[in-house]
Amino acid sequence: MSIRSARNLSRRSLLRGTAAGSAVTVGLPFLECMLNDSGTALAAGAPLPVRFGTWFWGLGHTPGHGVEEKAATSPGINFLGEPDSLNRHKDVINFLGKFNMPLDGRSNYPHESGWIASRTGSAPDKDKEIPATTFDLLIADKIGNNTRLKTIDISCTNNPNDSYSARGTYTRTAAEISPTSLYMRLFGSDFVDPNKADFTPDPRVLVRQSVLSAVKEERQQFMKDVGATDRTQLDEYFTSIREIENQLEVQLQKPAPNEACHVIPAPEVGDLVGGTAGVEIKQVQSTHETFARMLAMAVACNQSHVFNVTFSNSGSSLRKVGESLTHHSLSHEERVDPELGLQPQTSWFNTRSMDSLATFIDVFASIKEGDGTLLDNVLIVAGSETGDARTHSIDEVPFMTIGRAGGRIKTGLYVNGNGSPTTRVGLTAMQIMGVSNDSWGTRSLETSKVISDILV
Amino acid sequence: MSVSIFLPPKISMLTMIGACLICLSACEPSEPITEGPPPDVRRLTEDQYRNIISDVFGASIVVGGRFDTPVRTEGLQAVGARNATVTAAALSQYDEMARSISRQVMSGPSRQFMAPCAATGQVEFDEHCTTQLVTKIGRLLFRRPMTDREISDRVGVVRETTQRLNDFSEGLSTGLASLLVSPQFLFVADVVEDDPNESNALRLNAFSKATRLSFFLWNRSPDKRLLEAAESGELHSEDSLESHVERMMASPLLKAGVRAFFTDLLEFSEFDFLEKDSLIYPAFGAGAVRDAQEQTLRTITDHVITKNRDYRDLFTTRDTFMTSTLGMVYRVQVKARPGTWEPYQFASDDPRIGIQGHLSFLALNSHPGRSSPTLRGKAIRNMLLCQQVPDPPPDVDFSGFNDPNSPSKTARERLTAHSTSAACAGCHRITDPIGLALEKFDGAGQFRQTENDALIDTSGDLDGIAYTDSAGLGLALHDNPATTKCLINRLYAYGSGNNLSSRNEWMAYLEDRFSADGYRIMSLMKRISASKTFYAVSAPDMSGQTIETAAVQ
Repeated sequence: MSIRSARNLSRRSLLRGTAAGSAVTVGLPFLECMLNDSGTALAAGAPLPVRFGTWFWGLGHTPGHGVEEKAATSPGINFLGEPDSLNRHKDVINFLGKFNMPLDGRSNYPHESGWIASRTGSAPDKDKEIPATTFDLLIADKIGNNTRLKTIDISCTNNPNDSYSARGTYTRTAAEISPTSLYMRLFGSDFVDPNKADFTPDPRVLVRQSVLSAVKEERQQFMKDVGATDRTQLDEYFTSIREIENQLEVQLQKPAPNEACHVIPAPEVGDLVGGTAGVEIKQVQSTHETFARMLAMAVACNQSHVFNVTFSNSGSSLRKVGESLTHHSLSHEERVDPELGLQPQTSWFNTRSMDSLATFIDVFASIKEGDGTLLDNVLIVAGSETGDARTHSIDEVPFMTIGRAGGRIKTGLYVNGNGSPTTRVGLTAMQIMGVSNDSWGTRSLETSKVISDILV
Repeated sequence: MSVSIFLPPKISMLTMIGACLICLSACEPSEPITEGPPPDVRRLTEDQYRNIISDVFGASIVVGGRFDTPVRTEGLQAVGARNATVTAAALSQYDEMARSISRQVMSGPSRQFMAPCAATGQVEFDEHCTTQLVTKIGRLLFRRPMTDREISDRVGVVRETTQRLNDFSEGLSTGLASLLVSPQFLFVADVVEDDPNESNALRLNAFSKATRLSFFLWNRSPDKRLLEAAESGELHSEDSLESHVERMMASPLLKAGVRAFFTDLLEFSEFDFLEKDSLIYPAFGAGAVRDAQEQTLRTITDHVITKNRDYRDLFTTRDTFMTSTLGMVYRVQVKARPGTWEPYQFASDDPRIGIQGHLSFLALNSHPGRSSPTLRGKAIRNMLLCQQVPDPPPDVDFSGFNDPNSPSKTARERLTAHSTSAACAGCHRITDPIGLALEKFDGAGQFRQTENDALIDTSGDLDGIAYTDSAGLGLALHDNPATTKCLINRLYAYGSGNNLSSRNEWMAYLEDRFSADGYRIMSLMKRISASKTFYAVSAPDMSGQTIETAAVQ
């Protein structure tokens, strides 16, 4: 690795030109010196961080209208009608088809069992039970401790409870629903611009540390009188204290200069929909796009390395203005058009969901990082909760990986899971992100087989 | 069966009658001795947090922020709070709220609450007033006196911050924030002590007893008098406890407590996410959402507190309150000025009867653009009868309901397919006949005679009691034994955090007394609050304590 000499160009002289018809990016000089020759690592030797995220939408695809199925895993994805807009990104996607969710005789709690089993590796024994930690948090425990925010969780449905990240039944993360609030958290007073030359630790951060320190002092006194179950409950609280302490510690250090990071303007008044918006589809799509831009830049700025996006809730409540039936109701009650072989209105909502996923990818692809884009350094697992919403089937639930994960995975593959458990998706994601567990899941969902076809 | 009474010759009939009269008041069955559950820890609910902040620092303080997702257990968020913890994301929010509250306290009219440290512009740390202030506010927030160590730690935070930022106000603000993120504030932990009146037995200490009572009746922390009674130990005496129960039940704050219970029971927190299509239901806007909840809560508190009526009559009453906004949705004439309330009585032939006929219930348990007999039926089973709707079977196949040649016009027609399908019948047969009785109220709760031009049939049955309309459903709910059992169970669980199912003797006693008291909720609340069982505790499971402590060190 060599360190290039900095040239005397201004911070603003980001040059974008063309070479042989292709867009090329010339990095900012003083930032360029921070990269190695291949543009994949910082000059100091640390590779560009690989971030992880999930993107959830409710009700999946209409069977037979998601992707062209193949008998075996092979290169090339052909997205069909509903996710047609993803075809423009198929080179950075792996479609993971034909994975199943055996419940071992347990109830299939409609629109619950699917996401819970795929994200925790265990099927719930009772309604509303979340039997284990979701894999995004296991990944966050591995890679999320040295950023200002451990995770960023957003929901575009105006309901903070539409979150699919949890450590258990009673520790479900509440998602951010207001773009304004999210903006303030990400780029408000606690944000430190990594590209500013000067850095002075904020004394208020030190003060906040002393507050948490005082709280920690209470631990022993508080714990000594409580029973075993309650101690576990309170341990979670004190773990949270430690996590916040880590975050404050990060704020006391000068962040590394970062070419990709630019403070974006606060959302326009028209975007300030939190608290008033609902699940009307156009509003949800608009909210989603606003969130996506903030989130992608926050990720590029390394404010967090883990994020979760809920586009629509499990059992999607999306609706159109003036229509009495929601996406969910339509999925059960709309007649199948014999010629099209699908429920037209239900399919319309499925299509809009995939349009928004394509937009989400657009946003990540628009942020230049190193020699490529943010998409090169991110692994996103997009997935739903039903394989056939009409029958509540949780087999063949659509999942995709999006992004190149810092070159750790191949992309553009159709993967045929041959009926193996969906937990292979979570296990593979965890191993890609450095979580060292050889197997994951319980009962028939337990697996030790990663999806090796996509690994480099 | 005839009963003969033998009177000893020296006891006159008059004496006997007198004895019986005394017996009627004093000889009611005594409370059964019931072992309590282990002590537990509950996270403050959002409402409790807000109430405490308002009580301690004034109503002008804005509590902005997002609370962790509450979990409903056995029908109540209050019970779910027993297992609730604080995630890192939630702690960030609590931290932000704490800093915001303390800034407001230091800069606005609430600064008076910071006396004796009310001076502004001071640079130097004042240990004396800080100690006094921390002691005063900490007692209110921790619901007990702080220990010397807790006080000195907080004074230390104020000192350190003042010196670091050269601003005593900042120091005080930070010290206050540190109290607000403390587990002692955010969690309500039962603390037990040896019971001096019974060997080898434990009891809640007086502060925990005061806290349990206060959250039950008022949904807020103990007030000054109750804390003083706890501090002196007086609260352990039956007479003192009873007098405080009497005092608290006579307080206007009781209304807040009753409202909090029914808000939880009726799942009104879901109103935060209620969505109605404005084209389909143009009259049901944000004002109606707000007033619909208030209407039901007003009706309930008027019924059970002001008029002290039979709880069961809540399902048959035609008395309610109305605003002009609600009048537009109900399509009734309201004289009250906008924003004000007036008593209202639905006509005797009006199909609207009971709180289950209110917009709040009907709209909340519907879809955004249409009604749902299944959701309404399920809600009545779960909320009002404490009956769990069975889990759906795996791999439900709905494809049989999609007959392209017979589009259904009414909900009854659509749901017929469910109840005739073996896979679906288990759930739909116990929910739909209830909800179908309310089908003349659309997804926003507005009256209608037809759906898609087809006349609506509202007949059905509840646990064997047949009816033809919503009024019949109201009567069936009124007379169903599960209705009153459910209330007892939920009310007790709401206050204690514990379900009564495993404590049958106590449950039987409460059922008997509730009946004898004419199903008055006030009597039931008083009986629970003044009972021994409500505060009874058994030994906690302390396994792993040594290891845990060692790990911390």
